[in-house]
Amino acid sequence: MTAMIQTLLLVVGLAYSAVSFATIDAYPFDDNAKENQFRELINELRCPKCQNQTISDSDAGLAKDLKDKTYEMVQQGATKDQVIDYMVQRYGNFVHYQPPVQQTTWVLWFGPFVFLAVALLAVVLVIRKKQPAKAQPQLSETEQQRLQQLLKKDDSPS
Amino acid sequence: MIAEWGHIAQILALICACLLAVIPMVGSYRGYINWMQLARPLAQLQFLFVAIAFAALCYAFIQDDFTISYVAQNSNSKLPWYYKLSAVWGAHEGSLLLWILMLSGWQAAVSVFSRALPLVAIARVLAVMGLISIGFLTFIQFTSNPFETLLPFYPVDGRDLNPLLQDVGLIMHPPMLYMGYVGFAVAFAFAIAALLSGQLDAAWARWSRPWTLAAWISLTVGIALGSWWAYYELGWGGWWFWDPVENASFMPWLAGTALIHSLAVCEKRGVFKLWTVLLALSAFSLSLLGTFLVRSGVLVSVHAFASDPSRGLFILAFLFLVIGGSLGLFAWKGAAIKSRGQYEVVSRETLLLGNNLLLVTATLVVLVGTIWPLIHKEIGWGTISVGPPFFNLLFSILVVPFVFLLGLGPLARWRRQSMAKWRQRILFALGLSISSGIVLNAVFGDVQEFHAALGVVLGIWVVICTLQELLSHQHGNQTLWQALSKLSRSHWGMVLGHLGFAMSVVGIALTSTYTTERDVRMQPGDTQPLAGYVVKFEQVGPMQGPNYRGTAGEFSVWDGDKQIAQLHAEKRQYLASGSMMTEAAIDAGFFRDLFIALGEPLGGDAWAVRLHYKPFVRWIWLGALVMSFGGGLAIFDRRYRVARRRQSSPAQAVQTTEGEAG
Amino acid sequence: MKKQLFLLLPLLAFLAVGVFFYSALFSDPRELESALVGKPVPEFELPNLLEPNQTVSQQAFGDGPYLLNVWATWCPTCRAEHEYLNTLAAQGVKIIGLNYKDEPAKARMWLAQLGDPYVLNVMDYEGTLAIDLGVYGAPETFIVDSNGMILYRHVGDVNARVWQAKLADIYRQAGGL
Repeated sequence: MTAMIQTLLLVVGLAYSAVSFATIDAYPFDDNAKENQFRELINELRCPKCQNQTISDSDAGLAKDLKDKTYEMVQQGATKDQVIDYMVQRYGNFVHYQPPVQQTTWVLWFGPFVFLAVALLAVVLVIRKKQPAKAQPQLSETEQQRLQQLLKKDDSPS
Repeated sequence: MIAEWGHIAQILALICACLLAVIPMVGSYRGYINWMQLARPLAQLQFLFVAIAFAALCYAFIQDDFTISYVAQNSNSKLPWYYKLSAVWGAHEGSLLLWILMLSGWQAAVSVFSRALPLVAIARVLAVMGLISIGFLTFIQFTSNPFETLLPFYPVDGRDLNPLLQDVGLIMHPPMLYMGYVGFAVAFAFAIAALLSGQLDAAWARWSRPWTLAAWISLTVGIALGSWWAYYELGWGGWWFWDPVENASFMPWLAGTALIHSLAVCEKRGVFKLWTVLLALSAFSLSLLGTFLVRSGVLVSVHAFASDPSRGLFILAFLFLVIGGSLGLFAWKGAAIKSRGQYEVVSRETLLLGNNLLLVTATLVVLVGTIWPLIHKEIGWGTISVGPPFFNLLFSILVVPFVFLLGLGPLARWRRQSMAKWRQRILFALGLSISSGIVLNAVFGDVQEFHAALGVVLGIWVVICTLQELLSHQHGNQTLWQALSKLSRSHWGMVLGHLGFAMSVVGIALTSTYTTERDVRMQPGDTQPLAGYVVKFEQVGPMQGPNYRGTAGEFSVWDGDKQIAQLHAEKRQYLASGSMMTEAAIDAGFFRDLFIALGEPLGGDAWAVRLHYKPFVRWIWLGALVMSFGGGLAIFDRRYRVARRRQSSPAQAVQTTEGEAG
Repeated sequence: MKKQLFLLLPLLAFLAVGVFFYSALFSDPRELESALVGKPVPEFELPNLLEPNQTVSQQAFGDGPYLLNVWATWCPTCRAEHEYLNTLAAQGVKIIGLNYKDEPAKARMWLAQLGDPYVLNVMDYEGTLAIDLGVYGAPETFIVDSNGMILYRHVGDVNARVWQAKLADIYRQAGGL
C-alpha cells in the first residue's frame, strides 16, 4: 500500500515523467558492417520496460539485457531480420518500431497514399470538368502542342 | 498574497472570455453595433488579466513561494533565478497558463492590428477566439490550477525542476512552440468567421495570411529549438525521435505549411477556397489534438506530462466541441462556396495543389503513425510500435515528389504553363542536379550511399530551380540587379523559404548517412580515432555546480599535429532529485559537429565514452532559421501595409477574384 | 449532394477517431500483452534456487495448471503481492517461482522470512529465461495449463481483486482448484 502511494505521488508529482538515460556501454566490434548493423538494431528495437525509448536510449536493466543479447547475436553472425524475429517472438510486434505490413496495419502503411491517389484523381477530374470547350480532349498530341503554340501569345501573367 | 491576486486575475480572465464569446457574436447577428464594438476592449482586457496571472506565478517562483503546490513541486531555492523563471512553464499547469497567455496575446494583437477589418468580421473572429479561451481557462481553473496552495502545511524547500529542463533550451523552446501552436487559432477563427458569413473571398485570404505566417514562423523556430535542445541536452546526439510529443508539433507545422501556400493561391487566384478553409481548420485542430495526446496520458511518450483521466476527459470533450463543431460547420456551409477560377492541368495552381496534397499526405502519415498504435490496441489487435524506421521510410518516399514540385512551382505560370517552353529548363535543372549531386557524393562521401546522394540531388535541384526563377525576371536591357531589386519582399520570402528547406533536406540526408557513432572504453591518456580525427582523453575529475555535483572529463581533438578542439564533458548528479544528467561536449561547425559524452565508470580509471561525428547536422536547424526568416520577409511585404493604410483591401480583393460570389 | 457528402468526410473521420480516444482514456497505454500466450513454456536449464547444485528444466514443473510467478527481492511490488501468493498457495494453487536477476542469498532469506508459497523456485540470475518468456518487469504471473501451454499473463501484483476478476476463472477452466 505504501508502495502504491509512493508510486502515485511520483506519478502525480513529477510533471515530466522520469526519463531514464542511456548509460553508455562499450560494445567493441572488429567488423564495421556488424557494428553498423548493431547500431541500426538498437535504434529500432523498443525497450518494453520504459517510456517511448529505444533500447539504445534507455538505461533500464532490461534494455541492457536486450542490447547484450543483440550484441551477442550480431557477433555470432545473425542477420538483422533474425534478431528482430527473435525479439518479436518474445515481446511481440511492440518491440520493433517498424510494424509489420499485415491486415491490421494496412491503414497505417497505405492509408495516406490511398488518400493521395484519390485526391489527385479528384483534382484531375475537377479540372477536366471545368476546362472550357476549347481544350478538346479529342485533339491528338501534336494538335494540342500546336494549339498551345498558338495560345502562347495570350499566355500572360495575371 | 500576490499569488492570490494572480488567481483572481485568472478568474477575471475567464469571465472576460465568456463575455467576449457571447456579446460580440450575438451582436453580429442582431446588428447591435455597440455589442460588436465590445470585442476589441474585451479581448485586450482578457489579455491584461492573463498577463497579471502569469506575472504573479513568475513572482511566486522567483520568491520561492512554496505555499503554492505547483511551485513546491517544480522549483527549489537553490535553482538559479533564470531556471526558476523557466520552471514556470516546466510542467503541466504552468505551461497551460503560458499557452493561455499566448492565446490571449494573439487575440489582443488581432484586436490592435486589424483596423481595416469590417466590424462584423472582427467581432466574430475575436468571439471565436474567446470561445477557445473559455475552454482553456475553464480547464486550467478546474482541473489544473497552478495557484492551488498547500496551506496550512507547506514544505521548507521545493522538489526541484527536472534537471533535463534546467537548460537555456527550455527557456526559449516552449514559448516559441506555443506561440506557433496557438497562433493557428487566429487562422482558425478567421476561417470560422468566414464560414459563418459565407464570405470566403480573397480578402479573407489576405487578412489571414500574415497571421498564419507569424504562427508558422514561431512554430518553425520552436520545433528547430526543440530539436537542437534534444540534440545537446538529452545526451545521446539524436535530433528527432518521432516521439508523440514531437509529432504533436510537427503535424500542425505540416498542415500550416500547406496552409500558407494555399492561402497564397486563394488570395491571388480565388481558387481552392474550400481546401484552404479545411487546412485552416485542420492546422489548429491538430494543435488541439496534440495537446490532448500529450496531456491526457493516452500515449506513452518520453516527455508526456503527468496524466489524469479527468483532464483527458475534459480536453476530449473540448476537442469534440471545437473540432467537431468546426468540421460540422464546414460540412454545413461549405457546399455554398464555389471557386470559379480556371486553370489547366499544368499550371502553377496545380503544382501548388500537388504539393499541398503531398504535405497533407505527410500530415496523415504522422497522424496515423501516432494514433494507430492506440487504435490498434483499442480494437483488440494487440500492441504495436510505430517509430523512426517507419516514419523515415515513408518520409524519404514523400520528399522526392515534394521537392520536385517545389522546384517547379515558382517556375510555372498561373493558369497554364506550356510544356514546350518548359521542357528545356526542367531537363537542364534535372541533368545538372542529378549529375552534380552524384559526383559530389562520390567525391566527398561514399558512392554507395544512395540516400546521401538523393539528398544532395534534391538540394541542388531546389537551388537551380530557384536561380532559374530569379533569372527569369530579367527582361530587356535591365541589369540583373535592377530586375532583382524590383521583386517584392514576399517573393524573397518564398526564395528563402525554399532554399532553407533545401538546406534542411541536405542536412538531414547527410547527417543520417554519414554520422559516425562510437561507444568506446577510454582511460585518461588514451586516444581514439574518430572520422579522420584523433580524440584524446586528457583527464577526468570531480566538479561542483550550484545545485549539482559531478564528474568532468577533458578531451582534446587532433587533426594530425594540430589541435582543433578542447572539449569538456560532464556527468552531473542533481542534489535535490538525485537524478543523473549527461552534459555532452560539442565542437560545433558549419560542416560538422564533434560530440563527446561521458558515460559510466568502467572500473579502474576507465570510462565508457560516446564519440559522435555528425556532418552537416547544423544545416538542419540553420535551414529552419532561413525558412522562418523567409516567412518574416513575407509578413512585412508592402502589400499588407498598403492594404492596411488604404483601408480598402476588400475592394481590391474583388478585383483579384474576378467578381466571385461567396 | 455528392459535394456535401465529401464535405462530411472530415467530420466523420474525426468522430470515428474520437471514439477510440474516448475508450483509450480508460485503458493503460503501458499494458503489454504477452507474445507467448498459446505457446509452450520455453525450454531452459537453470539451477534450483533452494538447491543451487541441482539443475531444473521445465519437466520439473510437473502437471499443470500452475502459476509461474516472476519475482525478485529488489522489486517492491513483489513484496506487496507476496502475502496474497501465500494465501493462494494455502488454498491449493500451485505456484512456481522464477527468481529474476536477484541475489540468491537475499532471495532465500526473503522466502525464509516471508514464507514460501512456491512449489519450486528457478534461479534466473542472468535473466535468460525471462527474455525467452518476454518478461519486461517484475512481478509478472503466467498461467500455464496441464499441457504446459501459457494461457495468460498478468503484469503487476496479484491481489484478491485481480485474482477474482481475471485470474481465478482462467485457472479454474484449466482444471485447477
